[in-house]
Amino acid sequence: MSVSVQQADFDVGAEMAALSAGRDDVGAVASFVGLVRADKAAAADAGVAPAVQAMTLEHYPGMTEKALQEIVDQAERRWDVFGIRVIHRVGRLLPGDRIVMVAVASAHRGEAFVACEFIMDYLKTRAPFWKKEETPEGGRWVDARESDEHAAGRWDSGPN
Amino acid sequence: MNVRVLFFAGLREALGTGSESLALPDGIATVGALRDHLAARGESWSALATTKNLRSAVNQLMVAADATVKEGDEVAFFPPVTGG
Repeated sequence: MSVSVQQADFDVGAEMAALSAGRDDVGAVASFVGLVRADKAAAADAGVAPAVQAMTLEHYPGMTEKALQEIVDQAERRWDVFGIRVIHRVGRLLPGDRIVMVAVASAHRGEAFVACEFIMDYLKTRAPFWKKEETPEGGRWVDARESDEHAAGRWDSGPN
Repeated sequence: MNVRVLFFAGLREALGTGSESLALPDGIATVGALRDHLAARGESWSALATTKNLRSAVNQLMVAADATVKEGDEVAFFPPVTGG
């Protein structure tokens, strides 16, 4: 189980392969990759140029790693998984760049899918990262979304 | 009581600083009281009172406003997180 917070990009294939390397009991590896989106559709609706030209991710060094590890530990306690890998990038990123990866290995797809979704939902509301978008009008801190709180709240009633 | 206070993201920009070490007057024993104490400095510091859904952490764990603050603690204030 490991988490990384880094500026550098990562190799999704290599990270997923590593979760099952040297073992024959892994039957499923599920993954999620989040990317910087230019949001062209919203910009077109508003009749302006694509809004996000770049994005800078700020975080709280020290707390970030602890918060991610706590989320991973909780996923391990809830589901029967063999391995979890979380990588989150910080610093300046461009549209199309990878931001985050979560990958989970388990015996069957059910645990892998659900643990992966749980980790992303909790990461979105509990890990101290903040996005600042660069737009033609200047810098703009991204607002937290109510839907993210709702998504994370779905898991609160389950076992810890 | 001496504490270290950290600010992040839009709040850090509004305050013009990311961290401060300060000696608290007697009677300030919770995160909420510390927030009010800082906000009472006025001008840009009022951002601590006006930031919507302000979050806080003590020693790098997310806490509610009624959490206790002790000598030597690291207390952080920040807007709701937006990673992922």
